[in-house]
Amino acid sequence: MIHTSKGKWIALIFSSLAFVFCLFSSIVYGYTDTSWSTAFSAFKENDGSTAHLVIQNVRLPRALIAATVGACLATSGAIMQSITKNPLASPSILGINAGAVFFVVIGVVFFQVQSLQSYMIFGLIGAAVSFGIVFVLSSVGREGLTPMKLVLAGAAVSALFSSMTQGFLTINETALDQVLFWLAGSVANRPIGLLITGFPYMVIGLLIAFIMAKQMNLLAMGDDVASGLGQNVMLVKFIFSLIVVVLAGISVAIAGPIGFIGIIIPHIVRSFVGIQHQWVFPFCALYGGILLLVSDIAARYIIMPKEVPVGVMTALIGVPFFIYVARRRFGA
Amino acid sequence: MKNKVTVRIGNVASFILDKKSLFITMIATLLLGVVAILSMGSGDFFISPIHVLKVILGIGDSFDQTIIFEFRLPRIMMAILVGIGLATAGAILQSVSRNPLGSPDIIGITAGASFAVVLFLALFSNESNALTVSQDWMPLFAFGGAMITAAIVFALSWKNGIAPFRMLLIGIGISAFMHAGTTVLMLVGPIHQASQANIWITGSIYGSNWTEVRMIAIWITILFIITLAMTREMNVLELGDDLAKSAGSSVQRSRIIFLLLCTGLTGASVAFAGGIGFVGLIAPHIAKRIVGPTFGSMVGLSAVIGAIIVVVADWIARVAFAPIEVPAGVWTAVIGAPYFIYLLIKQRNR
Repeated sequence: MIHTSKGKWIALIFSSLAFVFCLFSSIVYGYTDTSWSTAFSAFKENDGSTAHLVIQNVRLPRALIAATVGACLATSGAIMQSITKNPLASPSILGINAGAVFFVVIGVVFFQVQSLQSYMIFGLIGAAVSFGIVFVLSSVGREGLTPMKLVLAGAAVSALFSSMTQGFLTINETALDQVLFWLAGSVANRPIGLLITGFPYMVIGLLIAFIMAKQMNLLAMGDDVASGLGQNVMLVKFIFSLIVVVLAGISVAIAGPIGFIGIIIPHIVRSFVGIQHQWVFPFCALYGGILLLVSDIAARYIIMPKEVPVGVMTALIGVPFFIYVARRRFGA
Repeated sequence: MKNKVTVRIGNVASFILDKKSLFITMIATLLLGVVAILSMGSGDFFISPIHVLKVILGIGDSFDQTIIFEFRLPRIMMAILVGIGLATAGAILQSVSRNPLGSPDIIGITAGASFAVVLFLALFSNESNALTVSQDWMPLFAFGGAMITAAIVFALSWKNGIAPFRMLLIGIGISAFMHAGTTVLMLVGPIHQASQANIWITGSIYGSNWTEVRMIAIWITILFIITLAMTREMNVLELGDDLAKSAGSSVQRSRIIFLLLCTGLTGASVAFAGGIGFVGLIAPHIAKRIVGPTFGSMVGLSAVIGAIIVVVADWIARVAFAPIEVPAGVWTAVIGAPYFIYLLIKQRNR
């Protein structure tokens, strides 16, 4: 673990470099092999050749989407774990993924929705609706929003949505065929328009999270301590929950439900920068992006020329590392 | 201590029975009986509850008897046993890990079984999507998958004993890994196979015969009785490692026994009913909200509630959209979640 803040700054700089390196690698490597110089010239002076077109229209959106979605999922996972005070929490626990998936499946079954653009709209509505239900359910009652109620209401609502999804998919094989790939999560062949629409909100969400990180440190000491020190606990929880919806909701709407990043990256990050959120959040964003970029690159090579869904690769790459961290960090 | 009764069976076991929770558990069992009788009567051929009762008492007419004993009863027995198995496993895991999200689905046992089944479908299907070996092998494959996965999770979490939290995290990791494998197999294979696998993963109770019921009945009953007999250990364990140790409990030993019980119960249940989710998570929570969080008072009730949920889910699965069968796994959450949410809002016994 890195203890000094000088050390953390250095780590942050190196991690950012690694992030940028992965971003460019994602543009360069794949089925159509290009070189680094071609990639650079595609941006400097685009001559309309196939390689340049591939880079601009296929690779670049894909790399940017992977980087942004990864960053958002990991950060929202860290927020969730802190709000619920449960290390097993992740955005999917709030019902965001299940809600998004359910609405997309409804769209496919009842409204013959086909374009990714409309998947995104349905997904976003689903994420927001399901989060709204969870938030209202866990806020009613005498003692307001407690972590326990949030987790339980989230688990119940997401189970409800995912079982209804399963129901529709088992009686409708065509719909299953159509959404199976989307269900596994992928960042490939998403139009850049999707990202452009969501990008500003995601960046604002991330920035607010970074700025409010110290409030989260207070909250982590417990509700009583935090409110004793003058914090409006309810408001802070609400803002952070809203950030989670924006970050995770837009991510799932763009890329489908990519699980697991939100749960493992925060653990991995905390194992080397500690528990202070002003460090945890930025590192989460960087490493979430890196994991998704690397997984996406790997997904192109495993069964070339076909592709493995990136949600599968995040698990295959992330799990061994995660188990190593879990064993080391929570040693006897 | 007026509302508590102490029961001692020699030196083997002793419990403190809470009268209130015993009473509620009995009422829940009655409810289970009612639901089971109603379910036995409904289907393509309707049999009124009174006739069902007559058949059970052995005085019904022979046509009703055939339908109930040959077709409906085995399936309902299976549902009851699976419900008991999953709910008890969930209650054990939530108490051992002291985490409200603990459930048999989360630590990879179900995911391992699903992977094994999808692998089975991929290995033993020919071009026309027919199985080349008997379907009877599938439960065995699923059970094997569950056990192997559990063994992997335990082995990886082992470090001078098993810390529950480390095990949950590693379980989640392994679970994600197995899910990834399942997805790959489903994507690579033909869509028909994916669809078949999807039904299994959702969880469904069908085609159960008496042989299978007998197998699972013995297994679940034994494990459930051991669990009840070890209630005392769990009550100590729930105080936390340090207190439990100073109270003279061998923390690691009893924890490992509990985890093995949990694995056995889950493995048997998923082998015959697929990945029915949510029961293991929700039944213990419902029980806790009704009779309080002590393991001794809630484990029995949560088993009965689990059984009720699965029986009702299976009943709806059979009848609601007949002749299409919507898998029971879809309905567990649809019935369980609203009631649970109601309890959550009502905040009794928190």
